[in-house]
Amino acid sequence: MTAARRLLPPALLLATGVAAWQAVASLAAVDDLTLASPTETVAALADDLPLLLDGALVTLLEVVLGLALAVVFGAIAAVGMHLVRPLRRAAYPVLVASQAIPVVVLAPLFVLAFDYGLAPKLAIVALICFFPVTVNLLDGLRSVEPDLLKLMRSLGASRLATLRRVELPAALPSFFSGLRVAATVSVIGAVFGEWAGADEGLGRLVLLANNQLQTPRVYAGIVLLTLMAVGLFLLAGLAERLAVPWRRTEDAEA
Amino acid sequence: MATTQLRAAATEPQPTEESVGVELRGVTRRFRSSRGDEVVALRGLDLSAADGEVLAVVGPSGCGKSTLLELLAGLGDPDEGSLAAGGTSSREGRLAACAYMPQRDLLLPWRSALANAALALEVQGVPAAAARRRALPLFERFGLAEFAGALPAELSGGMRQRIAFLRTLLAGRPVLLLDEPFGALDSITRAAMQEWLAEALAAEPRTVVLVTHDVREALYLGTRVAVLSPRPGRLVAELAVPSESPRPRRETVTDPAFTALEEQALAALEPPRP
Repeated sequence: MTAARRLLPPALLLATGVAAWQAVASLAAVDDLTLASPTETVAALADDLPLLLDGALVTLLEVVLGLALAVVFGAIAAVGMHLVRPLRRAAYPVLVASQAIPVVVLAPLFVLAFDYGLAPKLAIVALICFFPVTVNLLDGLRSVEPDLLKLMRSLGASRLATLRRVELPAALPSFFSGLRVAATVSVIGAVFGEWAGADEGLGRLVLLANNQLQTPRVYAGIVLLTLMAVGLFLLAGLAERLAVPWRRTEDAEA
Repeated sequence: MATTQLRAAATEPQPTEESVGVELRGVTRRFRSSRGDEVVALRGLDLSAADGEVLAVVGPSGCGKSTLLELLAGLGDPDEGSLAAGGTSSREGRLAACAYMPQRDLLLPWRSALANAALALEVQGVPAAAARRRALPLFERFGLAEFAGALPAELSGGMRQRIAFLRTLLAGRPVLLLDEPFGALDSITRAAMQEWLAEALAAEPRTVVLVTHDVREALYLGTRVAVLSPRPGRLVAELAVPSESPRPRRETVTDPAFTALEEQALAALEPPRP
């Protein structure tokens, strides 16, 4: 399938959604303060662009650094749990249970602990992204067929040689699935971090605009945040295609 | 027997002892099934292969043939009895003496054919580039040079199996354990692969234990054929195959002496009439 034919259905769906949004926003019964129309949103985007971009840059930095932290610590945790069975037995249930904690309520605590500025935002983004990265990488490492591990043992491979030459490459597709999920939720984490206390960033801008009843600016901010998440998702997909080229060959054969 | 035959130089194995054959004495292996029942995979099995001999083990599905190879390869220990490969009976010794080729090729999809074969050297500490340089002559000798750069997904089943066999050879062990190497191939490819393997073994003689459920394959490739009973696997017949291998397959399998042996093996495999 060509790219154009693949992009057409979601583009049509999106256009329909935007048209419906415009229609609802134009209804006399709908207050301009409640709902900004697409045209008003675009106008706000154009008018406030320098302001919005300044905020977006701050938020993007929080997201990217937070994601990087999650990848580093997630990889260490996953490989550790993979190699040391008692550690996996002890840590895995705790890791899953930790997902029941509403991370959002931790944001104000982080601000208390780490002060305003970058640190609490990084902590919240990293915390949200840590789980999908770790769990997917661990599943990938454990997905290697037992027969392949037997073969490596029979070839005289050490535990580390098997990890490096077989398990880590085999886990890459699964790792990237986790990274894609993490990329989309990372923006949410950064926004919560900014809402708990910040003096810059797109999330803070949206919150302020909302308080000042500048509804079109709120919508413009949301559009930019969404674009950021989608962009990161696509970037993770691109990284996967570069890092896992053999998957395309296999798919073509299948 | 090929005891005195000179080993080819490319991947010369270093036998640690005089005898590099294979020997099993009264080997029994039990498992617990998922329901908790005891399953006896092998019972009191005696088998041996001298240096350079190709022992083909044939038996019905589930007669413990794969278990037999895993035990020999040092991937497990028997519950009773003893076994030795390459002159050593310890599990570590067997692990070091045997190169095990599982049923499926298990090639790594991200490595080229050459890099897949070279993996056997890399895990022994040979740097990647040097491992590939050492693997390449083997590809040339077996007519696979033009496929060296291909990814496994681009290769046919037969070709992948050849690469897997080269990986097994490159491990440089005196004993080769082949578990149904052509089980997943269609019959035409399979016949070609049997001829290819016979030639490869003539060029790179090793002690081989080949497990198969195909009587013809066993008789064509083996210098001796052991017939196993259904589970628990016991030895029910042993046939010596007069060999001047490699022989063209089609001529061989239609030879009256060959068909007589085939008859014998099939009769031994037949379940007793009620």
